[in-house]
Amino acid sequence: MKFLQTLSVARRTIFLSLGFMLVLSVVRLITNANDITSSGTISSTMRVATPILLAGLAGLWAERVGIVNIGIEGMMIIGTWFGGYGAWKWGSWAGIALAIIAGSLVGLLHALATVRFNVNHVVSGIAINILAAGATEYLSIIFFKGQKGGGESQSPTGKGGYGEFDMPFLTGGRVGSWRSPDILGWIERKHDLPLLPDLAGFARGLLSDVYVPTLLAIALVPLTGYILWRTRFGLRLRSSGESPQAGESLGVPINRLRYQAMAVSGGLAGFAGAYLSCVFTSTYRQGQTGGQGYIGLATTIFGNWNPFGVLRGAILFGFPTALKFRDEKNVPALLLVVAIVLVVVAIISFTRQKQILAMGLLFGSALSATTYLLVDEVPQEFVAATPYIVTILVLVGAQQQLRPPAHAGAAYRAGENH
Amino acid sequence: MKNQRLQRVLVTSASSLLAVFVALCICAVILLITGKDPIQAYSTLFGAAGDIKVLQGTLNRATPLMISAAAVAIGFKMNLFNIGVEGQMRVALLATAVAGAAIDLPAPLHILFCLVVAMATGAIWAAFAGWLKVKRGVNEVISTIMLNFVALSLVAWAFKSFFTADTAPGVLLVKTKELPPSAWFPDIVERRLNGMFFIAILVLVLFYVLVWKTKFGFQLRASGANPGAARVTGVNPKRMVMISMLMSGALAGLVGMRALLGDVHAYQNNLAEQQGFNGIAVSLLGRNHPLGIFISALLFGYLGEASGRLQLEDIPKEITTIMTGIIVLAVVIINEAVKRWDDKRIQHKAALALATRVVAE
Repeated sequence: MKFLQTLSVARRTIFLSLGFMLVLSVVRLITNANDITSSGTISSTMRVATPILLAGLAGLWAERVGIVNIGIEGMMIIGTWFGGYGAWKWGSWAGIALAIIAGSLVGLLHALATVRFNVNHVVSGIAINILAAGATEYLSIIFFKGQKGGGESQSPTGKGGYGEFDMPFLTGGRVGSWRSPDILGWIERKHDLPLLPDLAGFARGLLSDVYVPTLLAIALVPLTGYILWRTRFGLRLRSSGESPQAGESLGVPINRLRYQAMAVSGGLAGFAGAYLSCVFTSTYRQGQTGGQGYIGLATTIFGNWNPFGVLRGAILFGFPTALKFRDEKNVPALLLVVAIVLVVVAIISFTRQKQILAMGLLFGSALSATTYLLVDEVPQEFVAATPYIVTILVLVGAQQQLRPPAHAGAAYRAGENH
Repeated sequence: MKNQRLQRVLVTSASSLLAVFVALCICAVILLITGKDPIQAYSTLFGAAGDIKVLQGTLNRATPLMISAAAVAIGFKMNLFNIGVEGQMRVALLATAVAGAAIDLPAPLHILFCLVVAMATGAIWAAFAGWLKVKRGVNEVISTIMLNFVALSLVAWAFKSFFTADTAPGVLLVKTKELPPSAWFPDIVERRLNGMFFIAILVLVLFYVLVWKTKFGFQLRASGANPGAARVTGVNPKRMVMISMLMSGALAGLVGMRALLGDVHAYQNNLAEQQGFNGIAVSLLGRNHPLGIFISALLFGYLGEASGRLQLEDIPKEITTIMTGIIVLAVVIINEAVKRWDDKRIQHKAALALATRVVAE
């Protein structure tokens, strides 16, 4: 584990993914649940994970500048509505653009309340969630009711047109009008081999049938990392989240940065919402977000306020749902994955002289493995609750490793508390 | 002293009223922009106040709001945010529906038994969040949000897998086994106003006595106002967190009882939905004071009850949800502004007094 800590976060993400793939590969060979590493599952995971990733990044931008954003869910709801409206009138890209603008405005409202008026961040977030739910329901009745295909709680079908992407040669994408060979697909079907088909499936999942908005969302991960950790703007922005008084004394315009970061945060949440209403599906539906804004918040914590960590969290939280979408029967295999991962973590804790923790983990592992042997299917409610339970466990077990921005959520007014 | 206190009460009430007024104005603008007549909307909305049925419905709707607002407020009093009232309520609903139907008791005892079960299960679910905060330093906002979703999933699963009763063919709505009539909380006005209203009033009165008239209440408020000073005077902050979380959870367990014991008499999906969340808005508008909570609960109850009439005029009733959101935002913004203004006024007064003394000397 010392070794892992010497790596950069990006490399650690790759290393951990490889390790996880190995575990999945072993489980696949044992259980014959070929779908758990198929390219279909991986690309489905990416689709499910995209809105969670965007919501997680929204939480990251807000908390890094020092503002707790419970309103992500509300901003996402606004995003789904405006995404649905734009997609219906002009097409998906217009929907996404409109949702980002609308989300930003709501983000700015949150900033106005918390920065200008010094309102408690959680209270303002709750108000925004109530407001967003009411506003979208109201607007739907005004704009969608009575339209062809629309109604009180859903928009007419959008025009589509966001585009998909297939990599030529590796996954059979087209070059001009010629269909190139699908090399990864060929490897993936060799199910008897260990690891190789899994890696091929993984790579193929990432490179075939990819929605272009998903690619954009993934590109935002290194971009966020670059902006926040490699630019002057980012350094100042993070100083606002760590110690605004110190930043202020050096002439950093804290309040302006907070407005800017909240506009970005709201825009990301709006994008997340639009992804649901005009990419993942083609209509806005009331209640479409279903708490994904809160999963995003959980991802921010799980990812330790780091963009690559958020990506890891989004994929981890999206994976069980995607697997369930593909075929319910594959979900129990995850229990075996959990069992193996817990054993690995137990061994690590044992070498670190944390015997009690290790025993607990082994017990959990045994429990998980026994459950696997006993049940045929995992109830969908358990799949739905996984992100929240994992986050609670992380908060319980890894509190020492978590490092939230020191000043996130605290009251601050320029020129005071010196 | 007395004068100052009166002044403060007036300022507080005025700022809450102002918040409601601001929300009404903003909603009027929204109505205008979307092509509806705000005067017609408000005369319909508030014209319903003369109807006795609407007033009974208002009290009925205010019942769970008062209890959930009290649950939230008891946390707020020491800067503890229990966003998990919804989840605690949900766990308590199923547990009470199942336990209440499994047992046979004479009427008043049966109701009492149900209320105790509800309070106990609500408190147990809240205890997780309290434990996480005290032992692990986990922020209660995050943990209660997460626990809400866990509760939602857990209850949905348990209900579906173990506790659905056989329904008559053709009935789509699944429920748990119905509670025996001895567990039904009696109505004050048949089908319109349930007796749980009195329990809600009792909760608010006890809340007042506990927070303002007991040693525990003093410690609670002290921990909220100045945790450092409270600790120095021997208040154990961890113990306070745990106790207030347990009490908040116990009240949260009661929130759904009007719907369960007074109305449906069995658990079903969506029973009492959102009533835990709505308490947050009521508590904020009521400034965490029992009287304020009572009045705000009446206001929100009235909006919910009268909003149905808007639809007859082809105005979406969701405008009242928007109103709720704006009221919450407006009330906290105005409170902050008033506090700032008040601080300045006091500073100014003190400076003036000092200056005149210096001059006099």
